Amino acid sequence: MAPAQQELDAAAERAVEAAVSAGAADAEAFALQDAGREVRVHGGEVESLTAATERGVGVRAWIGGRVGYAYGTDLAEPGLEAVGARAAEGAAIADEDEFAAPPRPEGDPPLIEGLVDGSLEAWETPRVIDLALTIERTALGADARIAGVEQAVYADSDQLVALHSSAGVRGAFRATSAYAYLQALADGDGGGRETGLGFGLARGPAGLDPEAIGEEGAQRAVSMIGAGKPASRACPVVLDTTVAASFAGLVGGTLGADGVQRGRSPFADRLGEEVAAEALVLRDDGLDPGGLASSPVDGEGVPRRRIDLIEGGRLRTYLHDTYTARRAGDGTSSTASAGRGSYRSPPSVSPSNLVVEPGDLDLDALLGEAGEGIYVTDVAGLHSGVNPVTGVFSVGASGREIEGGELGRPVREFTIAGDLVGMLRSVRAAGSEARWVPFGGSVLTPPLLVGEISVSGL
Amino acid sequence: MSPPIEQLLDPAVAQGVLARALANGGDFAEIYAERRSGLSLSIDEQRIERVQAGGEEGAGVRVVADGTTYFAHVDGLVPADLERAAGEAAAALREAAAEPRPLQAVETNPVPIAVRPEEVPAERKAELLREMDERGRGQGAEISQLSASYSEGRRIVSVANSEGLLAGDDRTRVRIAAQAVARRGGAVETGFETRGAHRGFELLDDDPGLVAEQAAEKALTLLDAVAAPSGSMPVVVGGGFGGVLFHEMTGHGLEADHVQKGASVYEGKLGETVAEPLVTAYDDGLLPHEWGTDAIDDEGTPRQKTAVIEEGRLTAYLYDRLRARRDGAESTGNGRRESFRHLPIPRMTNTYIAPGEAQPEEMIAEVERGFYAVSFAGGQVDPATGDFVFGVSEGYLIEGGKVTSPCRDATLIGNCLDALAGIDAVGSDFDMKTGFCGKGGQRVPVGTGQGHVRIRALTVGGTGS
Repeated sequence: MAPAQQELDAAAERAVEAAVSAGAADAEAFALQDAGREVRVHGGEVESLTAATERGVGVRAWIGGRVGYAYGTDLAEPGLEAVGARAAEGAAIADEDEFAAPPRPEGDPPLIEGLVDGSLEAWETPRVIDLALTIERTALGADARIAGVEQAVYADSDQLVALHSSAGVRGAFRATSAYAYLQALADGDGGGRETGLGFGLARGPAGLDPEAIGEEGAQRAVSMIGAGKPASRACPVVLDTTVAASFAGLVGGTLGADGVQRGRSPFADRLGEEVAAEALVLRDDGLDPGGLASSPVDGEGVPRRRIDLIEGGRLRTYLHDTYTARRAGDGTSSTASAGRGSYRSPPSVSPSNLVVEPGDLDLDALLGEAGEGIYVTDVAGLHSGVNPVTGVFSVGASGREIEGGELGRPVREFTIAGDLVGMLRSVRAAGSEARWVPFGGSVLTPPLLVGEISVSGL
Repeated sequence: MSPPIEQLLDPAVAQGVLARALANGGDFAEIYAERRSGLSLSIDEQRIERVQAGGEEGAGVRVVADGTTYFAHVDGLVPADLERAAGEAAAALREAAAEPRPLQAVETNPVPIAVRPEEVPAERKAELLREMDERGRGQGAEISQLSASYSEGRRIVSVANSEGLLAGDDRTRVRIAAQAVARRGGAVETGFETRGAHRGFELLDDDPGLVAEQAAEKALTLLDAVAAPSGSMPVVVGGGFGGVLFHEMTGHGLEADHVQKGASVYEGKLGETVAEPLVTAYDDGLLPHEWGTDAIDDEGTPRQKTAVIEEGRLTAYLYDRLRARRDGAESTGNGRRESFRHLPIPRMTNTYIAPGEAQPEEMIAEVERGFYAVSFAGGQVDPATGDFVFGVSEGYLIEGGKVTSPCRDATLIGNCLDALAGIDAVGSDFDMKTGFCGKGGQRVPVGTGQGHVRIRALTVGGTGS
């Protein structure tokens, strides 16, 4: 074990001891070290360069069925004592919940190859700066109508995690990740501007293709030149991978058992029921090293696995952490879905990587199948335009008309509206070309053809 | 008299760190130190849960040389670690050392706090949530769920830079929120309400239960809702959180980083008429006790009130130091950052359309068929194209000059310049609300406000006709 990992482990162990000596019956500590760098370039120059290492610990304490949480960044003894004590104090304020209990050890975690990419350490800063500059240069040279690039960004992260609990849970892993994106600007009609996003993600910089990222941003921006409003109607839509991922993320979020058990999910009381067309198969996969949310264990130390969520058109399971599994009863076990965004907040039920199973049709065939409709390449306002309790959504969109089975004029400033379950039921086909997308969490998805959706434009 | 601010940076240490930061050259160096702490708890299913406390302190050091910013941050404020961060920030530079000016402490006036929330027992905060729960549920048997949250946060800030500035601030914010779910048969609706301020626990002296009642009322009202219409129509936007409309459709496009990169529809429009003469708008970082108010921004520049639109004419962009220098302008005190782990960028503070002369009832009475958007769940804009979208959390049809059916799940979309030019009435009422604004991965508290505002035409995207 590397020295940094040992230090984290020791800090997690001490934090647990501190909470217990402050009065907690049980305690669990999650310690994180994140070493990262970020490069932003603009106009062929480096705009900013950031390098830093951050460490912190979060402690969950139980007193009977009462739970408290505290965090801090001082991993020396006084800091850990303070965090442990504050977590125990928090538990004393909370009310009793009969289902709250510390997670128990659940066997050996799986071995996942490929969570660490050596290129992250091997590529020194000048080389990743060059990568970001290549992205920008490629976009600028891709088309005469490209007016500029708002920014091109490269960022990476090398994370160490240590988990320790008084109930005997132990977890430790390291994972690296790298991503890059740019926002390209094209000259639109009448002096206006169009924007286009290009992005890539991988375990390290060697896995990123800067030319492809620059090209994608440029193409997306240029493809929107001359966009008008589409006519209001109900019509077939093809969701590109970025939009399909956003919707998959919304669905994954509402499949969390915490919302379901509190009656705040459109999927509540629908276990085993038909909730989607057969063409839509959705899994949660915490093991695929291509997915940046993969890890041997979840945020409470439960070994990760693959879970069928929607298959054969039916809802197979909700996502569970230890608490929701106990509350569901009937032998329900955690699906290893306790997510940790950071050490600053306690784990909560969330998908790891969501995977939408690909079908047989390439994009051209999907568009042909749609016939007349809209190819949606961007959505906006997801955080405010979706009701997570009812699943009803109305979001801003842009894309291209589909005319005679082919891409036609660009369209913008319209909304698409419906409800999540209704949309899943009208999925007619999944495309054959899947891609990892960082929207809606971490999602691997092909484009999707949805039979009919309500479009509001002119 | 406010008590003296706790100084996180010893002037001699800060002077040494700045010298280290400029040891390999550079035009500007800065150290931003911060101690943050907070507590939050919530009630759900009538149980107090998610009691979370925490704190952290650290500093960010940046060096600017030839337009490039080099940034490093550390946890903790140990002088040796600050020196190391300065060394890391300067590592890529190879020029002759530059000399920081001697530090001169600047007097600032932090917002006065009457009752420090961390001195109020946690049990009192739990009681307050129980009261909110009871009051919200008391609005009717159709309220099936109620959840409410309380949060307090404090940020003590010290900034020192190579131009000799040394300034500090002490910021305390308290906020409560309530969400209600109402059910009738198969219909399920939600309502949400908040109250927050740059204030101490005294914010909650005035009937916090009312916030839960208002959330419950909204959910109950929506049980009678019809599907929102779709199509282009006149829209009357409510006061208070309706101001998020101006925040999105104009405020973001005035942030100088977007403007300087050609990524704002307001680029090159300074001095031009962009709205009817009845529109005057401000970004005001000093509004007493508002959610986006501080004494200084996160670069140590005193906050100010900036008129961004005066009688329809675009009069100012919003600047931080870096972008101001690029334009030969002065910072408008809008350099903000989420924490010591982030670089400052131009951000709004409290943004609002100033009250006009119209009466809200008259504004509605003049509309034959339209939409009344009382409050929003949030919004988003692409400043480069100007396309924006808002989710409406409370909306009604306007038919024959009267507010009629509530509508569920409506979205408003439009383009900034058209919508701003389309404002044809501004109400004499006025209210400010709290919000969180995300940009470049950084979330900061902002105030949004206005009286009622009417726009000639916006696209309403609903599922109805």
